[in-house]
Amino acid sequence: MAEEILTAETRLVGKEAARLDAVAKVRGQARYADDLSFPGMLFVKAIRADRPHARIITLDLSWAERHPRVVCVVTPEDIPGENVVPVIYRDMPLLAVGVVRYVGEPLALIGAETPEAAEEAAALAQVTYEDLPAVLDPLEAIREGAPQVAVPEAAEAGNIFTHMVIRKGDAERGFAEADVIVEGEYRTGYQEHAYLEPQGVIAVPEEGGMAIYGTLQCPFYVQNAVAAVLGLPLSKVRVVPTATGGGFGGKEDVPSQLAAMAAVVAAKSGRPAKLVYDRAEDIISTSKRHPGVIRYRTGTKRDGTLVAVEIEFYYNAGAYQTLSSAVLWRALVHAPGPYRIPHVKVDAYSVATNTVPCGAFRGFGSPQVIFAHESQMDELAGRLGMDPLELRRKNALREGDETATGQVLTESVGLPQAIERAAELCGWKGLRREVDEFNRQKKFRRRGVGISTVMYGVGMGAKAPLLDKAGAYLKLEADGSVTVAVGNTEMGQGATTVLAQIAAETLGVKLSDVQLAPVDTSRVPDSGPTVASRTTTVAGAAVLDAARKLRARVEAAARGFFGVDEVEISDSQVWPSGEPGKAVPLSEVAHWMWVHNWDLGATGWAEGAPVDWDPDTGLGKAYFVYAYACHIAEVEVDLLTGEVHVRRFWAVHDSGRIVNPALARGQVAGGIAQGIGYALMEELKSEGGRIVAPSFTAYHIPTSMDVPAEFVIEFVEAPYSGGPYGAKGLGEVPLMAAHAAVANAVSQATGGRLREYPALPERVLELVEGA
Amino acid sequence: MRIKFVFNGREIEVETHPGRRLIDLLRADLGLTGTKEGCGEGECGACTVLVDGKPRLSCLTAAIQAEGREVLTIEGLRENGGLHPIQRAFVETAGVQCGFCTPGFIMATYALLKENPDPTPEEVRAWLSGNLCRCTGYQQIVEAVLLAAKYLRGDALRVTRNEKTP
Ligand code: FES
Ligand code: FES
Repeated sequence: MAEEILTAETRLVGKEAARLDAVAKVRGQARYADDLSFPGMLFVKAIRADRPHARIITLDLSWAERHPRVVCVVTPEDIPGENVVPVIYRDMPLLAVGVVRYVGEPLALIGAETPEAAEEAAALAQVTYEDLPAVLDPLEAIREGAPQVAVPEAAEAGNIFTHMVIRKGDAERGFAEADVIVEGEYRTGYQEHAYLEPQGVIAVPEEGGMAIYGTLQCPFYVQNAVAAVLGLPLSKVRVVPTATGGGFGGKEDVPSQLAAMAAVVAAKSGRPAKLVYDRAEDIISTSKRHPGVIRYRTGTKRDGTLVAVEIEFYYNAGAYQTLSSAVLWRALVHAPGPYRIPHVKVDAYSVATNTVPCGAFRGFGSPQVIFAHESQMDELAGRLGMDPLELRRKNALREGDETATGQVLTESVGLPQAIERAAELCGWKGLRREVDEFNRQKKFRRRGVGISTVMYGVGMGAKAPLLDKAGAYLKLEADGSVTVAVGNTEMGQGATTVLAQIAAETLGVKLSDVQLAPVDTSRVPDSGPTVASRTTTVAGAAVLDAARKLRARVEAAARGFFGVDEVEISDSQVWPSGEPGKAVPLSEVAHWMWVHNWDLGATGWAEGAPVDWDPDTGLGKAYFVYAYACHIAEVEVDLLTGEVHVRRFWAVHDSGRIVNPALARGQVAGGIAQGIGYALMEELKSEGGRIVAPSFTAYHIPTSMDVPAEFVIEFVEAPYSGGPYGAKGLGEVPLMAAHAAVANAVSQATGGRLREYPALPERVLELVEGA
Repeated sequence: MRIKFVFNGREIEVETHPGRRLIDLLRADLGLTGTKEGCGEGECGACTVLVDGKPRLSCLTAAIQAEGREVLTIEGLRENGGLHPIQRAFVETAGVQCGFCTPGFIMATYALLKENPDPTPEEVRAWLSGNLCRCTGYQQIVEAVLLAAKYLRGDALRVTRNEKTP
């Protein structure tokens, strides 16, 4: 992107425009998956395995079939194409054949006239099994003689799906040079997305193909999956996301599975088929954040300079690969943290177990290792007798530094500024004194202040650069309004508004003149997934590209219209340069273009800047750019009950240019809340491979009472030359930073060291007692 | 069985049965899908509607309990054909992200501000603690409620008229 765009005065970019979709949402008019109906629509229910690992002996659906309102029953033999849910590998069947590998795995499908009938019929299915030994823990699954869970073709060895490394410098030598070394093992559990809208899709047969409507992040993934199970060319499958009630990664790959299920019922019955999960089915059968066992050893010089880190971690991937190899890669690259470290050794493993497949969740494998690296930093600070903020300040990556994968950061590194600004906002030194004072005075209450710093590689990165692309199509209507079509979705994060701002800014039109068309895979080329905090950056660049082309055409036309050499366009007005008095509404020029048969459409395309990576050493340019953040949390712990309350929170982010500050603040606040939940409350219990009590009654996410009353959120903007108007990504970063600041605050308050999430009261009391 | 009730200001009569939940009556039978189901077991508040002015979880309420009462859903909330001040406030403060929780929050807010037109931020947080939002972290929702309270207090006439014809 040219220099001028980074510094240009903007009309709309950087301004707090209201969300384009807000009015429909506050009126209850936005249509989510379950809000849509089609004539003759059937309701789908999956028959699911209730064993973690077993051979299927018999599957008897005769009673289910006899239910008077059942229209069709689908078994693996009824799948017209391939019995697979294609993600990165093709190891996961749509419907299990021969063996089940986790509780909740789909075996067969019912299509019935009503949701109640589908449910009743599913309960009539009779399955007999021969149990196989199951393994539920990743460390047990990699032991010699453990039962084989992974489909062998999808695994590197035994139950190890994937093993990846970073080898930079010489860790052994690094530790030999270190004056202080800390070491620790950290454990994290599941985190459930808990998007408020459960998963749901509708498959509608149309003209020899299939249309899919649903709550989803990645329409092109769904298109691919449905085409595979139906044996259709991609051109006969069309995917149209509905309003989507939250995603957070949970609607990245999972909707492919739902859509494929609904599609095979629709194909067999010839009728539209709706599959909507209730909360329990959603929790039991969909992806979650990978539980992790994480070991760190970190060494510094006496002055706090980091010299070496050695990391080994195991993620419980569940029974099938799904996105685990990609999650593991992001975790690998992010494990050393946003620091200058000359000697780095990382071994990352994802392991198959007889549990529900884990997948994408905001942060994508990084929060687990961030918990560990930020704990290590505080443990080091303690041993060095150094202020934890000072230790981070000393080691934080700056422009020109080399990351742990040997990538030289040539631009847009706002981490040092973020740290300074966060320290300033909270009054770091004074805050620490205040807390000490409070702790001296109170007998049964303790406060603590915690800090975290993180980096985030924007986009898909060097493991999947082929997905880092996006298309856009812009159309100037004859009345001067503008329609924008993209292939990336709105799941609540505000993409449509931000993309509209970029289009309007670039074209010189009013924001109210721009409308985003509903996403439809038949409208734009494959634009990759809506993940990896990449939409503003990559889809935004595609919109920018199309808008520039369209603007050039409008300018050419306007020169003819006015008979002058130069024109200006702003705020939906057009005038000959230097003669603003002659301005006409853009609608007039647009109409003139329409009358004179001008091409009023323009396509745009963008791809991420080049990246590269050597799988043997883990070295290379992992991501095209990074976002950064520094979070500071103040907590209060009740020493009698172990309850933790987050009192205040300061968050400073560098995500490059912020296109819409109000929406960006909302992203940060929401991420902080999820981070608080991850660190303090969210625990999904399972026994024998079964998730017990899959509901919000047992799985607590933060309410309005669990978040601090005071949030201070700011942005330091280090513009990125490859992003539209200098923007980088933001969506995932707030969660990644928040939980670690909270965890460090809890440790500081209790005087213990939190090494396992979540910090439920029992665990906090143990910390207090052990301190 | 047939039940009669006032639905969004209009008296209606519908066929239902004792096993039917109010949320299904609203969404499936009456075809108004603004009321959302996030959990179906009383934990998320997305299904909040007003029955005789009181917030009720429509996933835990039997349809037949509407008999003889006034039921107000998000679709019935408007003012002079435009946005109700509460809706306007949610738009203006960016208290909406994915929007799935929004109808429930707005209905809960409506009930709160009727009872307490000038709530403190703490009162707002306490009142809304039965409504889950996974997107916003609640900050901008609390701001929306406080702004809505201001709008409503600033125009007492509007409030009175509103109570009669929601
Ligand atoms: S759907 Fe009624 S409380 Fe969640
Ligand atoms: S805005 Fe998404 S759950 Fe509240």
